[in-house]
Formats: sequence, C-alpha cells, structure tokens
Amino acid sequence: MKHRTFFWFFLPTAAAMLLFIALPIVSIVMQSVFTPHEAVLIETENCGPFGCTTETAIDQDATAQLREDKPLGRFVGLEIYVDRGHLAFGEVAEAWRTSDTMGAFIGELWNLPFYAALAFTLTYTFVCTPALIALGFAIAVAVNSLHKRLKGLMIFFSLLPMIVTPLIGSLILFWMVDSRGVLGQFLSWLVADPDLSVKASTPLMWIALIVYGIWSSAPFAFVVFYAGLQTVPQDTLESAQIDGATRWQQIRFVIIPHLAPLVTFVALIQIMDNFRVLEPILGFQAQAHAQSLSSFILSDLSGETQQLTSAATTSVLTILGVAILLSPVLVRTWRDFNQKSH
Amino acid sequence: MSSAAQRRPLALQIGLTAFIVIWFILAAFPFFWTLWGSFKVELDFFSIADWTNALVGRNTEATHGSPFTLSGYEGAFVLNEFWRNTINTFIVCFFVVTTSLTIGTLGGYALSRSGFKYVFWLLIIALIFRALPQVTLVSGYLPVFFDWNIWGYLPTAIIVLVAINQPFTLWMLHSFFESIPKDLDEAAKVDGCTQFQAFRHVIIPVMWPGVITTGLFSFLLAYNDFVVTALILNEANRTMVPQIAAFLGTTYTEGNVMFAVAAVVSATAPLFVLVMFFQRQIVSGLTAGAVKG
Repeated sequence: MKHRTFFWFFLPTAAAMLLFIALPIVSIVMQSVFTPHEAVLIETENCGPFGCTTETAIDQDATAQLREDKPLGRFVGLEIYVDRGHLAFGEVAEAWRTSDTMGAFIGELWNLPFYAALAFTLTYTFVCTPALIALGFAIAVAVNSLHKRLKGLMIFFSLLPMIVTPLIGSLILFWMVDSRGVLGQFLSWLVADPDLSVKASTPLMWIALIVYGIWSSAPFAFVVFYAGLQTVPQDTLESAQIDGATRWQQIRFVIIPHLAPLVTFVALIQIMDNFRVLEPILGFQAQAHAQSLSSFILSDLSGETQQLTSAATTSVLTILGVAILLSPVLVRTWRDFNQKSH
Repeated sequence: MSSAAQRRPLALQIGLTAFIVIWFILAAFPFFWTLWGSFKVELDFFSIADWTNALVGRNTEATHGSPFTLSGYEGAFVLNEFWRNTINTFIVCFFVVTTSLTIGTLGGYALSRSGFKYVFWLLIIALIFRALPQVTLVSGYLPVFFDWNIWGYLPTAIIVLVAINQPFTLWMLHSFFESIPKDLDEAAKVDGCTQFQAFRHVIIPVMWPGVITTGLFSFLLAYNDFVVTALILNEANRTMVPQIAAFLGTTYTEGNVMFAVAAVVSATAPLFVLVMFFQRQIVSGLTAGAVKG
C-alpha cells in the first residue's frame, strides 16, 4: 500500500486518537503547571465621622481582565506536584527526619493521600493479577475436562462476572457482603462476631475489593487459557504419557510452557486494567478506606468545586506510573524490533 | 479421548467436580440472588432478622400481599424515569459502535496491508493509549469542553467514547484483517481496482465475522463505561450506569435502595442476552489478540 493511500485510510482514526487521546495529555500537562488566578484585591480607605477604616474588596474588573489576558491561569511550575495533596516532598522529608523506625515513616506516608492511593493501586494490581491468572488457569483446566454439553454452559456463566458493567458487578457483590446481606451475615456467623462489618474495616474492605477484582477478571484469563488448551500439541502430551509423566508433570512440563506466551498477554492486559481500578471503589463505597489513583482524580473532578489543577497533576503522575509499568514490555518490543530489522 | 491413560482417578475427578461447582456458584449465584431480591422490599433484600426472608419474602408479603413486588421497578422506571437513561444508553451505544467500526475498519485494514515500519510504531502507540486510565483523559477534556460549551451533550460523549475505543478496535481489526489473505485484494488491484475499490468490493463482503466480533466489544465498552459518561453528561442526558451511581447518592438516605437494585437488574439483562447469543464471538474475540501475541 502506498503511503498516500495509507494516509487517507488511516486519517479518521488517527484524527480521533490525536484529538481525544494525545491532545488531552498535553492539556493535563498544561493544566498541572497553571492554577486559577487569585482575585485581584483593592484596598480602599473609608473615612467617616469615627475615623478611617481600610476595606479590602475584590476588584471585579481587574480580575476579569486578568482572566481574559491569561486564560491558562497563574504559572506555578511544579509547585502543585510537590504540595501536600501530591508528591508532598516537604512532608515526606519531615516524616523521614522525625520518625525513628521504618514503620513509623510508612505510617506517616499513609496519611498523605497520594501515597495512600498509590499504595492501594499497586497492591490491587499486583495481588489481583497473579491471583486471577492462577484461578483462570485452574478453571480452564477443570472446564476442559468436562463433558462437551456442560462446557458451553460453564463458559456462559463464567463469562458473566467479566461482561457485566464493573460498577454493577461491584454493587451486586457489595449488597451481598453488606452486614445485612446474605454473605455479610454468613461471614459474621462464621467468625461468631455479630458486629462484623466490611464497610467499617479497612483491611476487610481491601480484601473485599481484591476479591471483587479477582472475581471479575478471572473469566478473561480463563477464556484465553481455555482457547490455548485446545491447541496443546497432542503428540507431545502423548509422548510425555508414554515416558511416564504423571498428570502434574504433564501440566508442568507440557501445558504450562505451551501457555506461557498467553500468560504474558493476560498479565499485560490485566496490569493495564487493574492499574486504573475505579468502579469497585465507588460501588463498595470504600473511599474512606481505599482510594486508587483513578478514584483520587475522580473525587477531585466531581467535588463541589472542581479541582482541575489538582486532578491534572495526579493524572500526569498516573500516566508516568503507566509508562513505568509498561516500560519493560516496550523495551523488550523495541529490542525484538531492532533485532528483526538488522 | 477416553483411553486408559487419560481416565482420571476417582479422587481427582471428585476434586475437579467440586472445584467446578464452587466456581459455578461464585460466578452465577450473585446474579440470581440479586434478580430474586429485586422483587422484594428492602427489609427482605437486606434482612437483619433472618436471611431466609430474602428467599421467601415475609416482609414483602406483609406489605404488598404477595411475596413478589414490582415496586422497585416502578420506583426506578416511573418515579425516577430510568427509561430515559435506558434510551440514552442505547443511543450512545448505537452511535459509538457504528462510528468506531467505520473508522476502525478503514484504519485496521490500512495497518494490515501496509508493510512499512511505521505500522509497528502506530500499533505500539495504540497499545500505550489503550493503557491510559480514562479518567486521566477526562480531566484533560473538561476545561476545553466547558469553554466551548459542548459539555453535557450526548454527541460529545459519543465522540469521546469512539476515540477511547479506537486503540482496541484497531488492534482487533488489524489482527483480523491479517488473517484475510492478501492475494484477494492484490488480485482485484491487478484487475484494475484502486485500493479503495478493492476494499469496497472484495474485503467488505468477507469481513463481517471480524467486524461483528469487534462491534460486540465496542458495544460492551460503551455500555459499561462509567467515567466518561458520568463526568461528561449532564443530569438530563445521563446514561444508565452514571444514573445508578446517582441513585446511590440519593437513595441510600431515602431508604430506596430497591430502586437501585431494580435498575441494576434491568441494566444487566441486555448483557445476559448478549452473552447468550454471541458467546462464540466473545470467546473468539478475547482470544484473537492472545493467539497472535
């Protein structure tokens, strides 16, 4: 295909992605270094029969003029990045100096909203991803051993947790683990504690969110691995059996190596998706116990007064986080690509 | 398949069956429980006294004279006009799917038929775009949309969703078009067709299976979206998912959780039907990227 033809075919989709994905990134970088103008104040002296008083008032015209002249706002550079709501260098340094033990230092960090959100997001991503891969693999092996008729039915029901809207799926689970819901009552009966409430406890809430994450994404891993199992080379499997490999050894030395590329694929997709976790936190109403980077941005955007600068700053930091997470994949692809082309 | 070497020992068979049954309950039970409970009153759905109330509906019977009631649905659809949100959702989904398939097919076809190096980089860029959390992009749109006065309207949300959909659509359609032999359109070009004519007359007739699969995923993305629709649409234009989120804000205080439960069940129903009819396409779509990768 000629460059020219390619250009015209690709133009609409390229335009859509440039305008609504690339430009917004520029937009948030710009927003993060500017902050809205403060109102211009004027002092007037009122002298009356009881002496003179100084009054401070907002000069509406001058403020409007300033906003008109510099619509981006006041340039503050990286000030927002290091403030208490974000990287909080000052507070971190202070905590490092004053806390005697590592534990105390981490406890101090915990109180800084950005670090708390980062901690939850990373925990969620790196607990859910391996767990859902393991569960998905187990389901795939188990379903693959079923009778043909049952397979279709199992695939249908297994797909549901993944297909359903994340907010809706998390609400459905949340209503069940509510202390008045069926699972919540079962749990409190199990540990013989009538006051047990997932809503009131941070560790329980984290566990509930992670369980939701595994529940909703294991089907994806399951479907991918299940498809992979259909293409396992039968003669390799048979020769392994003839050589006396046990069932576990067949899985370990034939099936798992065959599925290894799929594991990389699932891990990549799931790390990307789990890193942006947002809906379960809203569905579980867990904002008091767990914030993710995404929910942190959302609460800035949807509050009474929109904190656009703060949201933009967190967004830039989140995108940097995504870049760091993806960098191993990108570096490897880059190397493969160079090897191929030389 | 059932050779002697493949036959499982009894213990293993029991273990496998038990595992399957547990997973089946985990995957399916929450949906059935919520569906059943949506026909009850709140005191039964959230039963403090006795969990079997949720099954037999004692309080529902006391209030409405029958163990089943449609009061939750009535509250959601009649009192809170949830049907408006339903219509909005289907408008958004329809236009997102058609637009993103149209421009995505052209782009994906071009990527699969151009042998130049930039194709690789375009796909990598699309992968990076796919990884960005949507909420970070939305915080980039908001000030601009406010300035231009286009915040709050359905077309704005549709265009944004189409764009956010593109990286994924491109990846899927690219790998699908790769599987259509290049000889087909080469032959057409030898016979004197331009590239577009070759696409129009040779590729379009054979591309439907891949396009339908991709369309399903575009639909799911638009239907399941929360971030874009919640932050970009105004109250009058809300789709179902942000409306359910809004129910939670207002109804928990009013004690009308059942409206939200009914709305949740109503919003899940189309997805059920979708999986029922398109299970094969969904499975093949999920694995398309993986088998290539």
